[in-house]
Amino acid sequence: MLTKLLSGDNPRSAVLTVLLLVIVISLAFAPFLFPGTKSLETAARICIFIVLVASYDLLLGYAGIVSFAHTMFFGLGAYGTALALSSTGPTYLSILWGTLAGAVIAAVFALAIGLFSLRVKAIFFAMVTLAVASAFAVLVSQMSWLTGGEDGLNYKIPRDLTPAFKLVKEKVFGVRINGKLLAYYLVFFSSAILFLVMLRIVNSPFGRTLQAVRDNAFRAEAIGYRVVWYRTSATVLSAVIAAFAGSLLAIWLRYTGPATTLSMEIMIDILLMVVIGGMGTLYGAILGATVFILAQTYLQELMGVAEEATSFIPFVSTLVAPERWLLWLGVLFILSVYFFPSGIVGRLRASRG
Amino acid sequence: MSETTIKPRIEAPPLLDRLKEKLPVFLVPILAIFGFAAIGDPSSWLTLTVAGLAMGLMIFIMASGLTVVFGLMDVINFGHGAFISVGAFVGFTILAWLSGWTASPNVMLNLAAVFLAVLVSMIATGLMGYAFERTIVMPVYGEHLKQILVTMGGLIVAQQLIYVFWGPDELHISRPQALQGSILVGDAAIEKYRLVAVGIGVALFLAMRHILKSTKIGLLVRAGVENGEMVEALGYKIRRLFLIVFMVGSALAGLGGVMWGLYQETITAHMGSEIMVLVFIVVIIGGLGSVEGCFIGALLVGLVANYTAFLAPKVSLISTIALMVVILMWRPQGLYPVVKAK
Repeated sequence: MLTKLLSGDNPRSAVLTVLLLVIVISLAFAPFLFPGTKSLETAARICIFIVLVASYDLLLGYAGIVSFAHTMFFGLGAYGTALALSSTGPTYLSILWGTLAGAVIAAVFALAIGLFSLRVKAIFFAMVTLAVASAFAVLVSQMSWLTGGEDGLNYKIPRDLTPAFKLVKEKVFGVRINGKLLAYYLVFFSSAILFLVMLRIVNSPFGRTLQAVRDNAFRAEAIGYRVVWYRTSATVLSAVIAAFAGSLLAIWLRYTGPATTLSMEIMIDILLMVVIGGMGTLYGAILGATVFILAQTYLQELMGVAEEATSFIPFVSTLVAPERWLLWLGVLFILSVYFFPSGIVGRLRASRG
Repeated sequence: MSETTIKPRIEAPPLLDRLKEKLPVFLVPILAIFGFAAIGDPSSWLTLTVAGLAMGLMIFIMASGLTVVFGLMDVINFGHGAFISVGAFVGFTILAWLSGWTASPNVMLNLAAVFLAVLVSMIATGLMGYAFERTIVMPVYGEHLKQILVTMGGLIVAQQLIYVFWGPDELHISRPQALQGSILVGDAAIEKYRLVAVGIGVALFLAMRHILKSTKIGLLVRAGVENGEMVEALGYKIRRLFLIVFMVGSALAGLGGVMWGLYQETITAHMGSEIMVLVFIVVIIGGLGSVEGCFIGALLVGLVANYTAFLAPKVSLISTIALMVVILMWRPQGLYPVVKAK
């Protein structure tokens, strides 16, 4: 049953299994284990980013394509849902059509970019997506009549998903069972389903062919697989799933703006998460996203302490200031590309045997 | 045995074919004429054209290094933007030190200050290019995926280091006296600085062309682009050649950074990665590895961006992307594809 659910792709390492279990159980019971708004926010962010990072890994790790437009697809999903909610009112129907519209538009964009630039040279794709994505981000912040510009959109979601809605009067294990909790579980289960779907995809014949194309496109073509078709399908698939992740974020935050969905910083975050977690394995996304977001939320506090401790040394204290945490992650990123390109997961799997 | 020697027959290709090959060269004037037809007013057209050429040439300065580096060693440097930012910051620091020189009405002192700033920032970015190549790029030759990731990582680290050294705020500086203001040509006001930028850009392009076409090192670079292994087999150290090209490319990016900074009079740590979008578009339009293509692509991008900013400000953001799409539909490898699929 479990093997079937994981599509036969077991973690294949005892330590990894334990880590994954800890993460999944913590996320599943996050509202009860870690009460408090900040930790619930962090848990929901982790769930959403696991999906986002896994969908990026589908492209980077499994198909060997570097894209810088992933935030664009993420943003399309988020803005689709946000616009639907703000234009047709806070109903489930608007969530549904907004999500679908966002996903369809993301798919069309991905198809266009893929057919256009994947034909020529894979490296073109990276540059073209970078250009298109940044133009898109600028466009969104300029079209303020539709998107709210830099300020973004604030909107209402169905009342059942807000803290105002109480499901049970009494507290359960000291936790209020309200709409916010329902929203969290909506995010959690949607993320889990999307993740399992992706696991299914990469372990299907399609996924195997994708890996073959990644490892040797020429040979794959010679065997008779249409390389362009496979690459483009992978792009479209990952774009659609990224759009779904965007919709989840839009529902959870009740706010959508360029800074939370489209910015280059988010793209870099995704890259770091994939590489640190491990490319070419979806479990890497779970580990990468969790480690990164925990670091983002809590490491900065630690660095603040370090800054105060070193405040008597003028230069060092600026190096360890909390705002400079990306510097250290950048260094970590470069080192991990060199020394363990298969990331944490690859390390754990290798140390097993 | 007959005495007739077989004469090699060199057939000149028909005029139409030769014209087709040269077609991209005519794109810039064609675009300028179209722009004239669309704008109508000669003086605003002249202002916009000069502005477009200046912008294009500054982008060319930054993009040329990137494209040659790719052509020679099949290395794509996503961290190129870091050199642009660092160049601008170093240049601005020097100009701030020499503020007495830049504020004085003496033209020679003004120019000397700018020259010094450019020189120091080119040296700094050249050395940074050396460090970048040795530590970041060298271990991942031949692996595109890792190259993109690692150079992106290098960009992140470099940007953060700029924050560490210069602080998180943007820097402002005004152009030296001699480069401020504009001159009138008929009714058209043309900023002096833009003319200077055009001059430097054209001079640099001609110098680069001369070096590539008529010197030994240029010959080696071109041969290396064509077939690196063969050049290596003939006893030339292509890695060292590559390192030199990489450093020169980085120094040019630094020069471009200073010029762009003086053009905008404001610089931020992420200006490099913002300009990189245009640089990539230019490199793609020109064809990876081609300096001529890069030159034409840069001029096209500069002109299109300025014309559309005047004609339809809303569209101007995506006009350069549209230009890229059109060019790629016509020539999927860019205007002058140099690099064979390696």
